[in-house]
Amino acid sequence: MTALLVDTSTAATAQPDAVRRRGGGLLRAVLSSKKAVVGLVLFLVFCVFAIDPGLFTTVDRPNELAFDPSLAPSSQHLLGTTALGQDIWAQLVFSTRQSLVIALVAGFFATVLSVLVGVTAAYLGGITDDVLSLITNVFLVLPTFPLIIILATYAGKGTLLVVLIVLVVTGWSYGANQMRAQTLSLRNRDFLESARVRGERRSYIIVVEVLPTMTSLIVANFLGAALYSVLTAAGLQFLGLGDPNSSSWGTMLYWSQNQQALQTGMPLWSIAPGLCVALLGVSFALINYAFDEISNPALRPVRRRRAKRSRA
Amino acid sequence: MPSDRVLDVRGLTVEYGTDAGAVVAVDNVDLHVGPGEFVGVVGESGCGKSTLLFAIARLLSPPAAITAGTVDFRGDNLAAMSEKELNVLRWRDLSVVMQSAMNALNPVKSIGAQFRDTLVAHGNAKAEIANRSVEVLKLVGIDPIHLRSYPHQLSGGMRQRAMIAMALLFTPELVIMDEPTSALDVVAQRSLMVQIKELQERLGFAVLFVTHDMSLVSHFSDRLVVMYAGQVVESGPTRTVFDQPAHPYSRGLLDAFPSIRGPRLHLTGIPGRPPELRNPPSGCRFHPRCPVEMGHCKAIAPDLYPVGTSHARCLQHVPAADTAAVMP
Amino acid sequence: MRFVVRRLGFFVLTLWAALTLNFFIPRFMPGSPVQALRVRTRNQLSPEKLQQLLTAFGFKPHQNVFFQYFDYLGNMVTGHWGISIGATLGEPVRTLIAQALPWTIGLVGIATIIGFVLGSLVGVVAGWKRGGKIDSLLPPVFVVTSALPYFWVGLLLILVFSVWTNGWLPSDFNYDPDLLPEFSGPFVANVVRHGILPAATIVITSVGGWVLTMRNNMITTLAEDYVRMGRAKGLSNRRIMVDYAARNAMLPNLSGFAMSLGFVISGSILVEYVFNYPGLGYLLYNAVQNTDYPLMQALFMLFTVAVLVALLICDFAIAWLDPRSRAKA
Repeated sequence: MTALLVDTSTAATAQPDAVRRRGGGLLRAVLSSKKAVVGLVLFLVFCVFAIDPGLFTTVDRPNELAFDPSLAPSSQHLLGTTALGQDIWAQLVFSTRQSLVIALVAGFFATVLSVLVGVTAAYLGGITDDVLSLITNVFLVLPTFPLIIILATYAGKGTLLVVLIVLVVTGWSYGANQMRAQTLSLRNRDFLESARVRGERRSYIIVVEVLPTMTSLIVANFLGAALYSVLTAAGLQFLGLGDPNSSSWGTMLYWSQNQQALQTGMPLWSIAPGLCVALLGVSFALINYAFDEISNPALRPVRRRRAKRSRA
Repeated sequence: MPSDRVLDVRGLTVEYGTDAGAVVAVDNVDLHVGPGEFVGVVGESGCGKSTLLFAIARLLSPPAAITAGTVDFRGDNLAAMSEKELNVLRWRDLSVVMQSAMNALNPVKSIGAQFRDTLVAHGNAKAEIANRSVEVLKLVGIDPIHLRSYPHQLSGGMRQRAMIAMALLFTPELVIMDEPTSALDVVAQRSLMVQIKELQERLGFAVLFVTHDMSLVSHFSDRLVVMYAGQVVESGPTRTVFDQPAHPYSRGLLDAFPSIRGPRLHLTGIPGRPPELRNPPSGCRFHPRCPVEMGHCKAIAPDLYPVGTSHARCLQHVPAADTAAVMP
Repeated sequence: MRFVVRRLGFFVLTLWAALTLNFFIPRFMPGSPVQALRVRTRNQLSPEKLQQLLTAFGFKPHQNVFFQYFDYLGNMVTGHWGISIGATLGEPVRTLIAQALPWTIGLVGIATIIGFVLGSLVGVVAGWKRGGKIDSLLPPVFVVTSALPYFWVGLLLILVFSVWTNGWLPSDFNYDPDLLPEFSGPFVANVVRHGILPAATIVITSVGGWVLTMRNNMITTLAEDYVRMGRAKGLSNRRIMVDYAARNAMLPNLSGFAMSLGFVISGSILVEYVFNYPGLGYLLYNAVQNTDYPLMQALFMLFTVAVLVALLICDFAIAWLDPRSRAKA
């Protein structure tokens, strides 16, 4: 009865409208959050380091034992040198590339996999759903780090490729569950129903109708996977399971631990690469948190300015 | 000030603080409920009726706040009371029934436990608690064995009735209801309304009933209050408002419902959409959608003018004496 | 009852998957761990012991793979975990694990629970007092701490509280090497002292996550109608916060807790490594360094069991706390 009073023209177009509007509004929303800005700035700084390390240091080959060992920080060596005679700052800058690559590549593939499995399981339902969910939950529960360690060992103390594969294989399951839950809640919405009735193919519906509404979840997932990859890769390398000759923060940590950096008065050698790992991880976490706030307005910081009460 | 009224709201204004400035959701509303009266508040979604209700019961959450007006409940101004003072009369004298019992009942506590916590908070002894809980369930026709049930174990209609039973634990003077029938199907809606009316007649409490379904509430209400864009646009005895709506908006609402016995008429809705409260239209807020807009309606904001036994916020009804002051 | 059966079924299934993975991985990876085994132990173990070792490892090269597999499964489940072939050559894996287990449960277990409880409590209060100073300051801080790498925090703590203070708080081992373990006051105090920094590392890095998720849950829950009803009924703030808000907000947190245990375990491995703390994580690290396959296998199974048991406990806790989940099963 009262439907006549409510203008229904908004409801049907609400979904595509919302998506289109989100495009521009999203960027603005992200930029207005202090946390996101800090995170983005950090991330961009690291990107610059990775793209052109030469901008920040004169050293060409950071792993070469070219300098006097164990020097304190000075104008020539911003962070001093390692016990083996390498410039710490140079190593740090050059190592950015590998860590960033790991984070982005592993994060990307893990997200792709979790979207594939999660959305398919929810959309197709039935036995497919049961089987895929079981696989997801099993992977979710398997203690990943021990698994990674064991895999890395069996594969002969991993090259970068092994580390990446292992990260993707262990990192997709968390996101898959989230994707599945979200898709399930969308499954019976009207705009999907109308697509079905129009006779669109299932794959079309999934790609064109479902995925765009889950953009923020997918991005959040990607950031989480990237964070996970950075920390886990660093942990692996720290334990000595990466390539000890490679240029990465984790490897720097390995060597510094190996040479007892803390105890022998060269704390920067340990703390600096660790700080970089931390900062890169923090940048992802900040952007992720800002995203959370954007997609769930209830979580945004409450504005202190309230309406003033006036005496009647 | 008439002291026989249970509830007397004067000049109530509620504002939401947003990033872009304050939005006035309820604008200078006057409302009153007499003992045992059934008052219906009708309006579209977003007109401010639920906000009004929560403001009266002091259940608003930030960023919404009462910024002006008084809410006189049996002599006490609710708007000026502290939480501690409010807690004493909450539920005992004034209770609330919400739209969806599934959302309004705590999912992890049994029905009996939810009755118990408020009974305990108001100082009842164990034996009284048990007896009273059974009593109220029987009142609404639910088997007392369900005191042990959890909300999700009851059917939709039962849940709603359990909520009403809970609202009657202390036989309050006023029960405020926020669209309690909206989540039910038509048949259940009617049976719930009938039950509410019966209980009201039996126990004598007053009801303030908010809904968007004007036809449903007018069968049961004594008086109707019509809201639009945060303001009261018409109020008066149900019969009068229903038969001779004085405001074009109320007329539009009523014209939208076909009469089952009347001639087949062309149904008209009300064109357009309710205004954004951030920036309401100038002058009369209804003027962009009004079929009898008179030209000066966009410049002059009408007050509530008496029309027979009711009041309407429409420039058509400006009393002769004030015409000169109001007209351009 | 069906609920219990389902959870147990999942438990068994996952355990089986883990064991199977553990069995088949060496067979598909390049290089033969069995060769390494043989080479390593050639001069130290007799042929019979070698055979025993291989069997425990699941390798009876002349036997059909399926028989090997079932032998292996049987061994793993009944505690025949073989003999270490690493630095502790010849020691039964069981003994090694038994020695390390209590330390990990003590350190990691207690620290994790402290982190969870503390984090949840802070989260409840932070969510309740929305808009206050606490709420605007804390979340960004915790976002940062929850993204910090475990090992880096450990290194930092060692630097600040051990190296710079000349050993005020010990940075290695679980108790002073020259002390004899016994149930005496001084010994226990010594153990606690050694545990402070590693435990602090775990708490600092994990607490942030709990605070944030609990706070977010509280905020979402506080917007629910039933919380408003609680206010309408005239209940005290404390009762609303606990009975209506926290009890509901906590539920997703609990399931998250179980899921995150895998991550906690990985963190604990790193923490034990940094602090030379002789728990299971440290054992795994050494096993890996020395390609001690029998030990690695047994530890992997143990870690899986630990996570699954915790999951099971959390599931049952949720079922107890949330009447709806009992109905769903």
